[in-house]
Amino acid sequence: MEPIVVNNNFKSEEYFINMGPQHPATHGVLRLLLTIDGEIIKKVEPDLGYIHRSIEKMCERDSYQQIVHLTDRMDYLSSNINNEAVCLAVENALQLEVPERVKVIRTIIGELTRIASHTLWWGVMGMDVGAFTTFFYGFRDREMINDIFEETCGARLTMNYNMPGGLMFDIHPNFIKRTKEFVAHFKTKLPEYDALLTNNVIFQHRTKGVGILTKEDAISFGASGPVGRASGYSCDVRVHHPYSALDKVKFKEAMRTTGDTFARYEVRIEEMWESLSIIEQLIDNIPEGDHKVATNAVIKLPKGEFYQRVETARGELGVYIISTGTKNAHRVKFRSPGFSNLSLLNHISVGSKIGDLVAIMATLDLVIPDIDR
Amino acid sequence: MTNEALQNLISTWIPELEFSELESQFLNITVQPAQLHQLMLQLKNNNETKFDYLFCLSGVDWVTELGVVYHLESTTYRHTIVVKVKTADRENPTFDSVCDIWQTAEFHEREVFDFFGIKFNNHPNLKRLFLTEDWSGFPLRKDYVDEINMIVK
Repeated sequence: MEPIVVNNNFKSEEYFINMGPQHPATHGVLRLLLTIDGEIIKKVEPDLGYIHRSIEKMCERDSYQQIVHLTDRMDYLSSNINNEAVCLAVENALQLEVPERVKVIRTIIGELTRIASHTLWWGVMGMDVGAFTTFFYGFRDREMINDIFEETCGARLTMNYNMPGGLMFDIHPNFIKRTKEFVAHFKTKLPEYDALLTNNVIFQHRTKGVGILTKEDAISFGASGPVGRASGYSCDVRVHHPYSALDKVKFKEAMRTTGDTFARYEVRIEEMWESLSIIEQLIDNIPEGDHKVATNAVIKLPKGEFYQRVETARGELGVYIISTGTKNAHRVKFRSPGFSNLSLLNHISVGSKIGDLVAIMATLDLVIPDIDR
Repeated sequence: MTNEALQNLISTWIPELEFSELESQFLNITVQPAQLHQLMLQLKNNNETKFDYLFCLSGVDWVTELGVVYHLESTTYRHTIVVKVKTADRENPTFDSVCDIWQTAEFHEREVFDFFGIKFNNHPNLKRLFLTEDWSGFPLRKDYVDEINMIVK
């Protein structure tokens, strides 16, 4: 009988797997084509377009008041800041000066939006790396902000509170009181976030030294928001190109230099403290006055090109409008923060493991409709 | 640097550039396609300009011309500039890629290719980004027609 020859020369071999489009860690319909060797990632290629709605084409068809509503549906967690960006672009083009009251209210609600977005991110970030409790803590605090929004304008997520020329309605009589209540409440809860997750040893092992992005690469890839700032790159639009009432407040740009996943996490936590500080500086000083200025029912922008930059919870949003002088834009381009932040995913995750990829994606804080538009 | 100083400096590099501040908040440079890459490389590497941050790259259909608009900022000096490149060729519009200068251009150029059909020389992975491979036409062009999905007012 022939002896059985056992071949022990196991070779490692690269293979493809799909992550998404229906994967809980991609936070939406994002499909990643992973080339892996065992557990080690060799290449990540995003496949986009599952929820592309061609908002830019719709903007060429609709009036300037109407396109404000479409921007809600890009980065829905920063909906109010997206609305503000388009309104500012249109107001600058018309050289329309809005009342101080509008500027202050826009800034307060913008910072509340940022906190709401970051609390949701924090809850989901914990869940992505295996800590389920954070999800409930995050949503509990976000609920208070959503209630304030609901009382102010009737909507909790896609707010549509801004319009070219000001705000749809004045703030609710309870707005100041409830915002102060939230600030006081959240100040006692943020230290809990640190106790629960930031100082957790397992969490730190999952995130420290993972997905390192250098400052040069951050700039070259067009990273913005907390992703850029965690690499020591000062990119806060609120600091460099202040808009609305942001030139009246003092705040520190949250920065880290290590550029790893933990640094991006810390930047967002610090940003929540800074946002609370901005709200506190403004909430007692909302100027009296009207909540809007009248615009023509049909807005026609002068011929030319207009660019407005704002800082959403994810980074720099750019609105680029080319007008030929009619009631529709000739071309509207949205430079979305998530799109550029996604483009560096391959660069920072090659060589790490699949579990690390989940942690990296969590701190890039991608919102897929923002990428697909 | 002020816009005037930028214009004085950059105009010494390449003679045929067109400068304009009309109808825009930035200084606009229009460059011929053949000189695009040379200009971009100098804008990035020159010690006085250092435009290291490409914050927006948009395809535009001006009806008579197709083109790309680059918004650049320097993270050192915080000055901003806009570079435009145009071509009247609608059948086969082609420009040089700038993704060897700014890595963010790789995705942005794929988006422009997807929606405007503008090709980029030396792009490492030029294929459709959002739409499927078998999609016909380029939706953000002004002459694109899709009677089923588009509501025309």
